[in-house]
Amino acid sequence: MTPLLEARGIVKNYGHVEVLRGVDFSVSAGEVVALIGDNGAGKSTLVKTLSGVVQPDGGQILFRGVPMVFTSPIHCRDMGIETVFQDLALAPELGPAENAYIGRELFKQGWRGKLGIIDKAEMRRRAQEAFISLGTDVKDMDAPVAALSGGQRQSVAICRSVMWAKGLVFMDEPTAALGVRQTRKVLEVIRRVADQGVAVVLISHNMSEVLQVADRVEVLRLGRRVAEYRSKEVDVEMLVGAMTGALDGVGA
Amino acid sequence: MTAFDKAAVAPADELTGSNTEANTMTSTPNDVSKVGVSAPTVVSAADAARIAAERKVRARRRLLSSSPLLMFGVLIVLFAFFTAMHPDTFPSFANVKNMLMDTAILMVMAVGVTYVMIAAGFDLSIGSVLVFGQVVAAKVMSGIGGQGAWTIVVGVVVSVLAGVVWGLFNGWVITKLRVPPLITTLGSLGAALGVAYLLTNGADVRDVPDAAYSIATGKLLGLSWIVWTAVVVVVIGGLVLHLTRFGRHTFVIGSNAEAARRSGINVDRHLIKLYCIAGGLSGFAGMMSLIRYTTTTVGGHGTDSLVVITGVALGGISLFGGIGLMIGSVIGMFIPTVLNNGLVSTNVSAFWQQVAIGLILIGAVYLDQLKRSRRDQP
Repeated sequence: MTPLLEARGIVKNYGHVEVLRGVDFSVSAGEVVALIGDNGAGKSTLVKTLSGVVQPDGGQILFRGVPMVFTSPIHCRDMGIETVFQDLALAPELGPAENAYIGRELFKQGWRGKLGIIDKAEMRRRAQEAFISLGTDVKDMDAPVAALSGGQRQSVAICRSVMWAKGLVFMDEPTAALGVRQTRKVLEVIRRVADQGVAVVLISHNMSEVLQVADRVEVLRLGRRVAEYRSKEVDVEMLVGAMTGALDGVGA
Repeated sequence: MTAFDKAAVAPADELTGSNTEANTMTSTPNDVSKVGVSAPTVVSAADAARIAAERKVRARRRLLSSSPLLMFGVLIVLFAFFTAMHPDTFPSFANVKNMLMDTAILMVMAVGVTYVMIAAGFDLSIGSVLVFGQVVAAKVMSGIGGQGAWTIVVGVVVSVLAGVVWGLFNGWVITKLRVPPLITTLGSLGAALGVAYLLTNGADVRDVPDAAYSIATGKLLGLSWIVWTAVVVVVIGGLVLHLTRFGRHTFVIGSNAEAARRSGINVDRHLIKLYCIAGGLSGFAGMMSLIRYTTTTVGGHGTDSLVVITGVALGGISLFGGIGLMIGSVIGMFIPTVLNNGLVSTNVSAFWQQVAIGLILIGAVYLDQLKRSRRDQP
């Protein structure tokens, strides 16, 4: 089966610093792939190159089997690739539904739409549907996001991305600031997203969390992919070993 | 201060169970190692009805605690108080008409300031831009001659364009040169007035087409055209702000400009447009003032921006952006007017009005802050 997104030999330098030294990476539809690695391993940079934020200096990116150059995050967005940023990028004074449609507002039908009038009811309805189908606990579509709990805010950011992601979602440390219960909610959401056929790439520091939710784990160290495991066949110790270089991981 | 500093005022702690809404949909707290994946929930008709009902309740609660409503209450109290003091004169039609007339021109500027402030911007230059607009318009009108309505039309167009030029300048400096709005518009506050003085040598232009007199005295339903013009501007401004994508983007940018940028909104271009709206409306207000007084009033607008910003802030437009209703600005703008008018007819020194407005402003912003920090516990 062709992976949805495949990166081959990605190289990225910042000045004289080689951040990525020929990284391979792939993710298929409906799959949760965790991307782990120590600080400075190149996780964020890899995601940035794959989501159009920065351009790689070398290597090839294939999307649905076709070579592709992502020129900008907006370009990626148009291709059905979304990113949940670590800082969430929500407008705190606006409601969940309004946040879900930032930059993608729906117009009313007919002449009112031509005047630039937006269809708030329809946007709220669709957002509510998406939020419920993902099993999030965000109920009040009009309350300012600032009034929600950390986990709910995270859910809003994830749902927003998923609503628009036809192919792939990158999530950068989506549970970093959350408590145990909220983390579990977010992991549930991630699993549901994948079950809807969307590919999910999860960046995380939390090994046990990674093993709970991911189908596959790819380990980066010093700008290279050093290991690739099915999460059923691996434990935290092996992951840490691969991350730190104590073990020589062999691709499963 | 970033948007998420604002958001993180007081994160509700789910683990304490204080956030009941958040706790209702979750499964039992079972084994953490197993991520339970239940079938995706489907929205049933009953659910939809319940959700709609809940939404209504919440909407009502939000309305009742909103700043505009609170300020409307203050306005009613003030009105009632002065009516009690002067039952014959204060609530009379003539006096109400006076108050409407006094507020109309400032109200037009308040519409522009509302947009700018909701986008977390600021505009101190509106009073000077008003003067600049009316001076340029007066010069052009006397230059082309003619006493008819067409000369007035030319004047309107020129005044708006003159204001838009300053809006372009403000917007360009703020977005491209990254000079903070407060400083940029403080600069153009001085510069626009200075240019206006240069154009007139500091004297007022009294040469106004005759048609201006008939407009100034013309009435519809007993109210001056000046007042009706302000009504039209407010209504259009409010509709665009609250119903269109342009308005929505204004809120998004004020709430979190970075989020807007990442969503593909051209933030700089939008901000420049907003400063152009504020500038254009100020120029237009200059033309309204020119028609009302049939002379330019170069010395009379030094405190306009402060009055307008006070009124808009009283009306619940957040100084940090992202929050506000056009109706709030309308209500807020009437508070200084009513106070002023009432105090004058009560023979209290008009200076007290300034004291009262200052204190009310501080009180209103304080209440707003309280509400912001408390909204985590609904």
